[in-house]
Amino acid sequence: MTEFDEALTAFAAEVGTDGPVCVRGGGTRWSLGGEVAPGTREVQAPEGIVAFEPAEMTVRVRAGTPVAGLHEELAGDGQRTALPERAGGTVGGALMAGESSIACLGLGPVRDVLLQARYVCADGRIASAGAGTVKNVSGFDLCRLLVGSLGTLGLVGEVLLRTFPVGETERWVRLAGTDPGAVRSCYTAASVLWDSTDVWILLSGYAVDVDDDLSRLAALGACEDVDGPPELPPHRWACTPAEAAAFDARNGAAGPFVAEIGVGVVHASQPQPFRPVESGVVELNRRFKERFDPTGRLNPGRDPLRKP
Amino acid sequence: MARTLADATRRVLGSRRRGDRAAAVPGADDTDAALVADLVEAIGADRVRADAAARYLASRDASIYKEGNAGPVCYPGSTSDVVECVKVATRHARAVSPRGAGTGLAGGAAPLGQPVVLSMTRMDRLLEIDLDNGVAWVQPGMVNLDLSRALAPHGVHYAPDPSSQAACTIGGNVANNSGGPHCLAYGVTSAHVLAVEVVMSDASVVTLGDLTAEPAGYDLRGAFVGSEGMCGIATAVAVRLTRNPPAVRTMLLSFDDVSDAATTVSAIIAAGIVPAAIEMMDQRCVTAVEDFAQAGYPRDAAAVLLVEVDGPAGGVAIAGERVADIARRNQAISVRTAADDDERARLWKGRKSAFGAVANVMPDYYLHDTVVPRTRLVEVLERIYEIVDRHDLIVLNVFHAGDGNLHPILAYDSRVPGTGERVQAAGREIIEMSLDMGGALTGEHGIGVEKREYMNRMFSAVDLDQQSRLRASFDPHCRMNPGKVLPSAHSCSDIGALRASDAAGVWG
Repeated sequence: MTEFDEALTAFAAEVGTDGPVCVRGGGTRWSLGGEVAPGTREVQAPEGIVAFEPAEMTVRVRAGTPVAGLHEELAGDGQRTALPERAGGTVGGALMAGESSIACLGLGPVRDVLLQARYVCADGRIASAGAGTVKNVSGFDLCRLLVGSLGTLGLVGEVLLRTFPVGETERWVRLAGTDPGAVRSCYTAASVLWDSTDVWILLSGYAVDVDDDLSRLAALGACEDVDGPPELPPHRWACTPAEAAAFDARNGAAGPFVAEIGVGVVHASQPQPFRPVESGVVELNRRFKERFDPTGRLNPGRDPLRKP
Repeated sequence: MARTLADATRRVLGSRRRGDRAAAVPGADDTDAALVADLVEAIGADRVRADAAARYLASRDASIYKEGNAGPVCYPGSTSDVVECVKVATRHARAVSPRGAGTGLAGGAAPLGQPVVLSMTRMDRLLEIDLDNGVAWVQPGMVNLDLSRALAPHGVHYAPDPSSQAACTIGGNVANNSGGPHCLAYGVTSAHVLAVEVVMSDASVVTLGDLTAEPAGYDLRGAFVGSEGMCGIATAVAVRLTRNPPAVRTMLLSFDDVSDAATTVSAIIAAGIVPAAIEMMDQRCVTAVEDFAQAGYPRDAAAVLLVEVDGPAGGVAIAGERVADIARRNQAISVRTAADDDERARLWKGRKSAFGAVANVMPDYYLHDTVVPRTRLVEVLERIYEIVDRHDLIVLNVFHAGDGNLHPILAYDSRVPGTGERVQAAGREIIEMSLDMGGALTGEHGIGVEKREYMNRMFSAVDLDQQSRLRASFDPHCRMNPGKVLPSAHSCSDIGALRASDAAGVWG
């Protein structure tokens, strides 16, 4: 058990013990899961890196810290986290949205990033979940529950995140008119994006392995270096990897799209039609919300079942 | 134990005199006759046992906790069997405790308060391999190693590889969020479970998670994994398939000083290398392993590191060289690279047979499992030796050094009076030292009964209250494997059914 730092206790005081409250991060995914109920008091999570330990491959950071700034700091030691970088997006926002980076294939999903969370509960007290180590199974896994919860179960103030080394070489390339399945042999692919015609690939790893994969890709057709991924349409569709790889014109309602191959997310021009959720899952979601936030004061109006 | 068997024998004789339906199941406890009869009616006589031997076996796991107390033991063959068992148990106001192979080391599968025990070992089939989605659906009773063997022809495997993988089940792995040597790079069970079909405490069947990258709603499968059987019973699990790496290099690094080995571990991580595994064994462990498995470890080394790097061939060669350089800079006395698959298998056999090898040292052992920051291994190992010396005990260290997951084995002879107390005291000091170093109570074995009362040492009352809300959201009436993980003050009130003796600590 630890003494909480002042920034965290001040955040808890600001959240207080009653009345509806929501947290604003960078506002990049502000409407995810529904608009916040009118009249909800807005607070901000504290900002700043508390401790970066490159030899431990962890970083303790306050939730209001911009992800880009955090990654800039970590890059000094050749490391990063798996959190996605969005202009202005914060660490807390990325965790609460639970949407992985487009380099999820290489970095892993957001859900695996969180090692420890210190958060303000609905009753205004501060709870700590997880542990200060890279491995831990002490008790129930509240960290996994918090990721993607849109701040509806607790308001995260400070977290310990897993970091890892950035690949020695990182290169985006584009293959025109290629079947995305054909690039499966590339072991260094950290991202494979497909818009039904072209394939964009982020290769990340030791230079020698990236070069190997590049020659493998060159054998498939014209392969050119590009600055980065294509522009992603605004709506995120939840799909299985098989659905993403077979995504096509039949999904006319989706409009132009970019599919994350091997992951299952599709970025489409139109919102995803409602996907029915099992009634048992709906009931469990209701019970979690009721147990963790009996008065419904945390981010009222938001519902993770309504993502994406 | 003698008393338990005597009691059990009495039960057997008692039930034989009865002429009711429970007679179909030999050995039904008098007081359980109606319960057993209902279970038999629900899932069939061949799937229910209430005899002393079955109950005795179902009362224990591989931990030193011996106070488990099983009610009737069911062997469901399907999800609907599990549903029926839960319904019957509820009707009789009895809890339900699931178990896999019983290899757990924290008493998590030791039933408390004579619940209906569901042994999941007959649900051991591989249901589907779905290469397009990179998953396999398996039943919970499937043995971990059997799964990887079945996947081998497809060039994929299931990454978490606990030392008990030849016996432990996927359901047990899900319950404990199990780890293993290769979890350093690949992550523990939670990172490899996409969905779980669960029979809830109200006998409903729900699938938590799905095959999409980000299922809607709360991450319920994430919350379920590691819940030690207390949130429901997994009846099917969708596990992630991991591509076999194109190249693997396994190295054995030997040192004549334990601290040099520990420093090497920290230096490898600090250099930005994440090997697939970094395992450490000290001299006493190496000697025991060599006597037992002839893995070819150098007996004169004070400590050895088993390091494996994998991935594409080029990077593997580079990382392998860097690891060897770091070891030499830290006074390694030898660096040996496995020349082929046979040698690699032999090196791993040594590591994986370490716990069995302890039997050659002492008749009993108590295996601890704590985590410390991996940058503090040198100091932590010194403290462990100091603690163990002070209690006049023997310790063998064999552990997942790369992620700071300690497994000190206290080897002892329980027939020597006073030894139990010394083992207990030393164990307590190791746990407290780990927490004082900023560590965690358990890295992969779970809390179970063993560390339940230590939870207050790691978590505040607020933290534990939050954890109990998670549990209660799944199982509001605490019917599933009650009495584990949460210390008594944070457990549900209605587990009063637990007998007082069951609620006692590990050492009774």
